[in-house]
Amino acid sequence: MFLKRYLIPRLIQYVLVIVLGITAVFFIPRLLPNDPVLRTIAEMRARGAYLEPGAMDKIISDLQQMYGLEGSLWDQYLAFWGRLFRGDLGVSFFQFPTPVIDLIMTALPWTAGLLLTTTILGWVIGNLIGGFAGYYSNKQWSRVLDAIAMVVRPLPYYIFAFALLLIFAYYLRWFPISGGARLGMRPSWSWPFIQSVLWHSFLPAMSILILSAAVWFQTMKLVVQNVNAESFVTYAKLSGVKEGRIVSRYVIRNALLPQITGLGLSLGLIFSGALITEIVYSYPGLGTLLYNAIINGDYNLIMGITVFSILAITTSVLIVDLIYPLFDPRIRYM
Amino acid sequence: MKLFRDLLRDYRFAFAFGVLCILVAFALLSFFSPYDPSRWGQVPRDLRPSAQHWLGTDSNGQDIFWTATFAVRNSLIIAVIAGVVSRIIAVIVGMVAGYKGGTWDRVLMFFSDSLLVIPLFLIIVMMAMLIRASLNLVTLGLLLAFFGWAWDARLIRSQILSLREREFTQTAILSGASTFKLVINEYMPYTTPLIFSTLINNMAWAIGLEITLAILGLLDLATPTLGTMLYWAINYQAILLGRWWWVMTPITLSVALFIALYWLSVSISEYLDPRTRVQRVGAG
Repeated sequence: MFLKRYLIPRLIQYVLVIVLGITAVFFIPRLLPNDPVLRTIAEMRARGAYLEPGAMDKIISDLQQMYGLEGSLWDQYLAFWGRLFRGDLGVSFFQFPTPVIDLIMTALPWTAGLLLTTTILGWVIGNLIGGFAGYYSNKQWSRVLDAIAMVVRPLPYYIFAFALLLIFAYYLRWFPISGGARLGMRPSWSWPFIQSVLWHSFLPAMSILILSAAVWFQTMKLVVQNVNAESFVTYAKLSGVKEGRIVSRYVIRNALLPQITGLGLSLGLIFSGALITEIVYSYPGLGTLLYNAIINGDYNLIMGITVFSILAITTSVLIVDLIYPLFDPRIRYM
Repeated sequence: MKLFRDLLRDYRFAFAFGVLCILVAFALLSFFSPYDPSRWGQVPRDLRPSAQHWLGTDSNGQDIFWTATFAVRNSLIIAVIAGVVSRIIAVIVGMVAGYKGGTWDRVLMFFSDSLLVIPLFLIIVMMAMLIRASLNLVTLGLLLAFFGWAWDARLIRSQILSLREREFTQTAILSGASTFKLVINEYMPYTTPLIFSTLINNMAWAIGLEITLAILGLLDLATPTLGTMLYWAINYQAILLGRWWWVMTPITLSVALFIALYWLSVSISEYLDPRTRVQRVGAG
């Protein structure tokens, strides 16, 4: 029953969303009246390159091959998927001939490290504090936290990042202003390098962490206040169950369920926000890679990052959704 | 008017409304600007705030105070276009999905779920890159509207679902009201508060994405918006060079704008229906 009612529809949806997303990535550039080949040639001309007619044809066919523009639209579409399955996202135009996938793989550990830590920590911290603040919602400290969340919550990640940067890096000078590690250091597992990475990523991490914790705090507090009003909690209180046990086992546990679904839904937003945060701090992850790709008009790289992100985000959401039954016995035994 | 007086009793509404009025007044000042916002080099570069240039000048040779008035105005224009147009899409999708149910519901909700899961902003970046040349305030607003309806369509749908089960729906159908009339006369009054509070949230979202796209350098960078002001500040390394007044202005303005919009939406939706609190906060 679990398989049929929960797992299989979810897997079908997963595949459909990926197909839809990647199809959109394929068709958007082709539907819009904009020929990347002609544009590239125009850019080459603008830089003062003179092209012989014969050389021109050769360049056009090379460019068409590079952008995957050979044959009918349907042929191109099939070829696009074929290459995707082989893990081939094409070559970067401005760091020719480095494959796009290599560039992504170099930037990925930075983004993954930053995102995983902050998303998980933010979720845990926000829910924990939110849970207690919801249970003790009449206390003074709970109201203070609520007020702080009301101010921080509506800010986009990068605006908050700028604010932290101005205060802690520019004004107080506690942290470096930009970069992922000290200039000239080679990535390795040595202590000085790790130390430098932690030092540089502290502010970017904090800006994502505080904001996402504030979001979880607010939702959790409301959900806990609702659970708190339910009769089983009143019953537990009247039967003299210890308060700590009521909060942790009865209230927070029940309130966590919608929070897990929420985590799945918000991954895409956190991801987008983190990319821009990286740009603010010149942190060497996918966001900065995307920034450079846009500046250079490196179309293959942008498409590669988009395709890769669609796969990464939908898969993470799927994983969160599949973990959900472990926490909710109602689905497990359905 | 009574509604408005009741709302003003909430300190959050009063504060947010005040801030918003100040920001709109600030944006209206742009009509009296002594400088043309599209021209550079009209004042000396990189001056600190002074009596003559209240918020200093930037490296493009623009007076920051007057540029900021245009920036707030343009950002608000984009937000209003995106918000209103995407409300229309969200209302249609939400009502059709909720009222028709069945296949319509499944297909429409599949699309809106997909929009929620896919890292949309990258797709918007791709589109913005391709239509860069024709991207102005209106087209940007429409582009954002096209992608910004998914979550709110879901909220409207769930409200229609519950309205459909109410008795008055049966009464209206049995007394011969057409579907169109039923929706407009009977359902609209119930959904209007929700539509209004999602409008404010959506405007904040649109302003945020405008800033994102501008920081990536995808907008017309000669048109001042909150985003393009930040773009130039980053581009000229304003923080590194210690030109805090240049970064501080767009940041302070957007912080004020985001907080004001959020508090407004929180206080309105709480006033109209305390039960939407959970839904609203869940909107991420």
